[in-house]
Amino acid sequence: MSKIKQTKYMKLSGLEPLVLGPDMNFINVGERTNVAGSKMFLRLIKEEKFDEALAVALHQVEGGAQIIDINMDDGLIDGKEAMVRFLNLIMAEPDIARVPIMIDSSKWDIIEAGLQVVQGKCVVNSISLKEGVANFKEQVRKLKMYGAAVIVMAFDEEGQADTYERRIEIAEKSYRIMVDECGFPSEDIIFDLNIFPVATGMEEHRRNAIDFIEATHWVRTNLENASVSGGVSNVSFSFRGNNPVREAMHSVFLYYAIKKGMNMGIVNPAMLEVYDDIPKDLLEHVEDVILDRRDDATERLLDFAESFKGEKKTEAQKLAWRELPLQERITHGLVKGVDQFIVEDVEEARLQVAKPLEVIEGHLMIGMGVVGDLFGEGKMFLPQVVKSARVMKRAVAHLMPFIEAAKDENSPPQGKVLLATVKGDVHDIGKNIVGVVMACNNYQIVDLGVMVPPEKILQAAIDEKVDVIGLSGLITPSLDEMVHIAKEMKRLNFTIPLLIGGATTSKAHTAVKIAPEYDGGVVHVLDASRSVPVTSTLIGEDKKISQAFKDKTYAEYDKVRDGFLNRARKKVYLPLAEARANNYKVEFNTDTVYTPNKTGVQVIDDLPLEELVPYLDWTPFFQSWELHGKYPAILEDEIVGEQAKDLFKDAKEMLDKIVKEKWFVAKAVYGVFPANSVNSDDIEIYTDNDRSETIQTMLTLRQQSKKAAGKPHIALSDYVAPKESGLEDYIGAFCVTAGFGVEEKAEEYKQNLDDYNSIMVKALADRFAEAFAEYLHDKIRKQDWGYAKGEDLSNEDLIKESYQGIRPAPGYPSCPDHTEKTQLWELLNVKENIGVELTDSLAMFPTASVSGHYFAHKDARYFGLGKITKEQVHDFANRRGLTNAEAERWLSPNMAEE
Amino acid sequence: MANIREEIKKRILVLDGAMGTMIQQYKFTEEDYRGEQFKDWHVSVKGNNDMLSITQPTAIKEIHAKYFEAGADIAETNTFSSTTIAMADYEMENYVYQLNYESAKIAKEVADEFTAKEPHKPRFVAGSIGPTNRTLSMSPDVNDPGFRAVTFDELRIAYKQQTEALLDGGVDVLLVETVFDTLNAKAALFAIEEVKAERGIDVPVMLSGTITDASGRTLSGQTAEAFLISVSHIPLLTVGLNCALGADALVPHLEAISSNTEYGVSAHPNAGLPNAFGEYDESPSQMASQIQGYFDKNLINIIGGCCGTTPAHIKAIADIAAVAEPRKVIA
Repeated sequence: MSKIKQTKYMKLSGLEPLVLGPDMNFINVGERTNVAGSKMFLRLIKEEKFDEALAVALHQVEGGAQIIDINMDDGLIDGKEAMVRFLNLIMAEPDIARVPIMIDSSKWDIIEAGLQVVQGKCVVNSISLKEGVANFKEQVRKLKMYGAAVIVMAFDEEGQADTYERRIEIAEKSYRIMVDECGFPSEDIIFDLNIFPVATGMEEHRRNAIDFIEATHWVRTNLENASVSGGVSNVSFSFRGNNPVREAMHSVFLYYAIKKGMNMGIVNPAMLEVYDDIPKDLLEHVEDVILDRRDDATERLLDFAESFKGEKKTEAQKLAWRELPLQERITHGLVKGVDQFIVEDVEEARLQVAKPLEVIEGHLMIGMGVVGDLFGEGKMFLPQVVKSARVMKRAVAHLMPFIEAAKDENSPPQGKVLLATVKGDVHDIGKNIVGVVMACNNYQIVDLGVMVPPEKILQAAIDEKVDVIGLSGLITPSLDEMVHIAKEMKRLNFTIPLLIGGATTSKAHTAVKIAPEYDGGVVHVLDASRSVPVTSTLIGEDKKISQAFKDKTYAEYDKVRDGFLNRARKKVYLPLAEARANNYKVEFNTDTVYTPNKTGVQVIDDLPLEELVPYLDWTPFFQSWELHGKYPAILEDEIVGEQAKDLFKDAKEMLDKIVKEKWFVAKAVYGVFPANSVNSDDIEIYTDNDRSETIQTMLTLRQQSKKAAGKPHIALSDYVAPKESGLEDYIGAFCVTAGFGVEEKAEEYKQNLDDYNSIMVKALADRFAEAFAEYLHDKIRKQDWGYAKGEDLSNEDLIKESYQGIRPAPGYPSCPDHTEKTQLWELLNVKENIGVELTDSLAMFPTASVSGHYFAHKDARYFGLGKITKEQVHDFANRRGLTNAEAERWLSPNMAEE
Repeated sequence: MANIREEIKKRILVLDGAMGTMIQQYKFTEEDYRGEQFKDWHVSVKGNNDMLSITQPTAIKEIHAKYFEAGADIAETNTFSSTTIAMADYEMENYVYQLNYESAKIAKEVADEFTAKEPHKPRFVAGSIGPTNRTLSMSPDVNDPGFRAVTFDELRIAYKQQTEALLDGGVDVLLVETVFDTLNAKAALFAIEEVKAERGIDVPVMLSGTITDASGRTLSGQTAEAFLISVSHIPLLTVGLNCALGADALVPHLEAISSNTEYGVSAHPNAGLPNAFGEYDESPSQMASQIQGYFDKNLINIIGGCCGTTPAHIKAIADIAAVAEPRKVIA
C-alpha cells in the first residue's frame, strides 16, 4: 500500500490554533449552525433569535466540535447579512470564537463577506470547477489573499463526480490549477469527494462508498498534503428511521475511510456506534454493503435491518397494540390518529367510571396530553395532531349523549378563547388549525369565523366572557385591522390578552405596530403549536408567571422595535423624481412588443379540473400544513418525510375525488388589451388599437430605497412601452377561481367532526386556483398573446417560472397596492362574468382565487417594491383620487419610517 | 544597492526606538505643529505627530539620524497614524498621501546619508503602518456586540492609499505593526498584496502583533500562535511582537512564534511597563540585559524598541546584537 504524502500540515485558527498535525487523524466539524441542515437553526435565524442561535454554536463547541460550520443559504433570509451578523456576534463570544469557523455557502459573495469579518484562519466550504476554470482561479487567488483553507467539491462543468475515475480526475485537475498555477498552499486544500448513499437498490449505487474510499486513498497518496472530507450521514440515507443500522454504517464507513486517509468530516456524534460494539452479524452485513463485497449485499442488509428495527409488518403485529391495557390503547389511538377502535375503547372506559365525563377528563385527556407533549417537542407534526383531534372528536361525540343524559355539570374548561379572522379577510385555514389544537387541549373555543367586524369581536368577547382573543389574517390590510382592534381594546378598558397570528403577521409588526397600542398583553404566536403554551401561561392560575411572561415578551418587543426602527432609519430613500429618472430601461422595439392574436375580455366557464392537475405546485401545500421543505424532496426528508408522505397520500386520494366528482367549479375571466405607459409610473389601457380612448389608467408604484450604482428603481410600468415611443404594446389581466363548491365541502366535513379533511379541502382548493393561474398564463403566452409559441417547459420549470413574462398580483411584493383590484374588477367585469367578489379589505371571495396582470416583455421580472416614502404615497393618492390618509392606510405596510 | 533580504541572513538587524518619546523632548506648541502649511487649520492639531514630517521635517530627520548613529539598521517612518481613518480625528484625510510620501522621503534621505558614510552597514527605511483607531473584530458599543464601526473594505482602501504613498516615497520595507486586532492586519496585508500585484513589485513585509496584557492574548483575543497562523498566508520578511509589554514578559509568546514559523522573527518591546506617571523608566542596560535573553535563546532576526525607548536604549541593544547570532530561519 502506498504511503500518504504529507510534508506540511493544515493550520487553522480561531482565538486558538488548530493544527491538523500527524497526531490528529480526524477532525469533526460541527454542523448544527447550518440553516440547510437544521430546521431549528433556520427558524432561529429567520426570527432573528441570535441569542439562541449563539447557544447552538456554543453547544457544538462544548460538545467537542473542533470547527463549526456556518451556513445561511436559504431563500427566505438575506444570507449575506445573516452570515455577517452571526459571525460578528460569535466574535464577541470567546467560548465559541476559540475554534476556527467553516464559512459554508454556495454563493461566493456570502463566502467573501464572511471572510471579511473573521480574524482567524477559516475553512471555506466550498468552491469547485462547476463554473469553469477562470472563475475557479479567481476565487483561489482571492482566498490566498484572505488566508483560508478551502473545501473543493469534486464537481466540474460536466457535473458532480460519482465514480472513482471522475473523482480523481476532478481532484487532480483542481489541485494542479491551485498549486501549480495559483501558488495556493497544498496543505490548505480539502477535497470533498462526494459521499453518496449505498443500498438504495440501484445497481449503479453499489460502489458509492467504496469508490469514495478508494478515491480518498488516491488523493492522499498522490496529491501531496491535501486533505479529504465529506458529509458522512449521506451514506446511510436508505436506512432513515433505522438508527442502529445507520449508526453501524457510519462507523464502518469512517473506519475504512479514515484508514485510507479521510481526515475531516461532518458527523453527528450521536449517530455513531463504536466500531467494536457493532454486533458481529450486523457488522458483516454492513461491511458487505459499504465495501460492495457481495451481489446480494443490499437485500441481505435490508432483511437483516428489518429484524433489527423489530418491525416486521405483519397484520398481526400491526394490531398487537390491541392487546394493551385500555388507557394505552386509547392513547395509542389518539397518538397514531387511528379512529377505527376509538368508540369501542371509549365505551369500555365509560362502563368502568362513575360519570361519563370522567372518560374525557381522564382517559382522553391523558392521551391528548401525550399528543401535546410530542407536538411540543417536535416529535409529532401538524397533520398528525389534526388526525388525533379527529379521533378525539369521535370519542367525545360518542360520549356526549351519555353526558347529556347524566345532566352532569360540565367540566370547567381551561379557559375560553375567541378566535376570528378580521374584517375584510376570508382566510381561515390557519385559524381553524389553532382552534382544533386548542380545543384538543380543553379550551372552549368561540369561533366567530371570517370577515368579522371589530365591533362584533369586542361585543362577543364581552358577552361570552372570554379569557383571550386570538386574531388571524393573511392579507396585508388585515394588519391594520389588528392595530385598530388593539386600539379599541384599550379604549374599552379590556384587560385580556390579545394573540396575533396568520401568515402575514410577524413578531416585528406586532412589536412595532400592535403591542404599543394595548397594554393588556399582545403576543405574536408563530404557529399553532405555540398557541397552547402561550395561552396557558397568559391565563394560568399563577398571575406572577403570566405577568412575568408578559413583561418578558414586552421587553423582547422593545428590543425588536428598537432594532427595527434603527434599521429602518438607516435606509436611505431617493426623492420620487430621482427614482423615476433611474427607472428600469428595458429595450423597446418591434421585436420586444408583441401583437396578440386575440384582444378583449374572454371567459372560461367551467374548466375540467383534470386539466389543472399537471399544473399543481405541491410545495406550498405542505407549507400550509406547517411542513417545510421542497416537494418532492420533502417526502424523503429525514424529519418530516414520513408525515409528508402520509399527508400526500391523503391529499392524492381526495384529489382524485375532487376531480372525478367535480367538487369545485373552475372559472376564469381574462383579456389582453392595448396599453402604453405614461407619466413614468402609469399604464393607460385602451378600448382598441386606435389608442384614442382610455378605458382606465393602471397605477404602479416605484422602488425608492437607495441602491448600488447601476441598479434601477423598478415599477411595473417599466415593462410596458411608453406612449411617446409610438410602439403598440399590450397588457393582460386575469382572475381565476377554483373556489366554488369549496365552502360546502369543508362545512360538510366539519359537521362530521372531521377537521382534518375540512382543512384539506381548502388547502387543495388553493392549489387548484394557483394551478389555474399557471394554466391560463401558459395559454396566454402560447395562444391568445402568442409570443411564446415555441415554449416547451415541464411543470418544474413552470414552478421555477423559467418562462418569459410575469403575472404580478395586486397585494403581492411587486404591486402591494390592493386598490388596483377594484380597477381589475371593472376592466374584466369579474363579478358579473365569474362571480368572484371583493370584500371591504379587497380580499377575494371565494378565497381560492387568483387575480393579476400579465406583462410579456422579455426582461420583465418579479421584484419587491420595498418601502416607499410619504412623497410617493401622496402622489399616488392624488393619482388614484384618494385622500392622503386613505392612501396611507392602504399602503402602510410599505411606508418607510421617516 | 543593498537588499534587506540578504542583510537579514548575515546578522541581527536593529530597528529604531520610539518616535513619540523623542518628539516629546522638542516640546512643540500648537503653532509648531501647524507650521506654515496648516497655520489656519480649523481644528486643533497638537498631538498629531505624523504631520510634523511636513511642518517640522528637520526635527524628524534629526530623530532618525540619532537612531542611525546609535546603531539602528532600520528607521521607521513617522506614519503610524497616517491613514484616512486615523487622520479623521484631525480632519486631515485629504493629506494622507502627502503625510506618507514626505515621511518616507525624509527618512530615506537620512538613511542614504548613513549608507554612504558606512557602506558596510547599509541603512533601511520601514514604512510604519499602524492599526488605526477602529477595530474590525470588536464592537465599540457594549450593548450591541454585533456592531462594527468600520468594514474590511474601508480599512483595505485606507491601507492601500498609505502603502502606495509610502512606496512612492521610497521605503524599503513595509511594517504593519502594533496589531491588536488581527483582522485589521489582514486588511492591511490584503491591500499590500493588491499593490504588489498591480505594481509588479515584491516589497518585503514585516508584521508585528501586540499582546495586550498578562492574559497572553491580543486585544481581539487570539493567542500568539493563533495570531501567527492567521497572518502566515502572506509571505513575510519577519513576524513578531511589539509594544504593551516589557522585554521579559514577551519571551513565552516570542517562543510560541519562533518555534512555529518559517519566517524571520522580530521584537520591539517597550522600555518596561509604564510607571504611575505613565512614563517608561527601564534603563538601557536593564532592557539590554533582558534582550540578551532573546539572543541566548536564538529567537530573533530583527530587534528594536517601542514606547519609552531612546537612542541610548537602541545603542545598548545594538551593541549586544552586533555580537549575537541571528535566529536560523528554516525556509
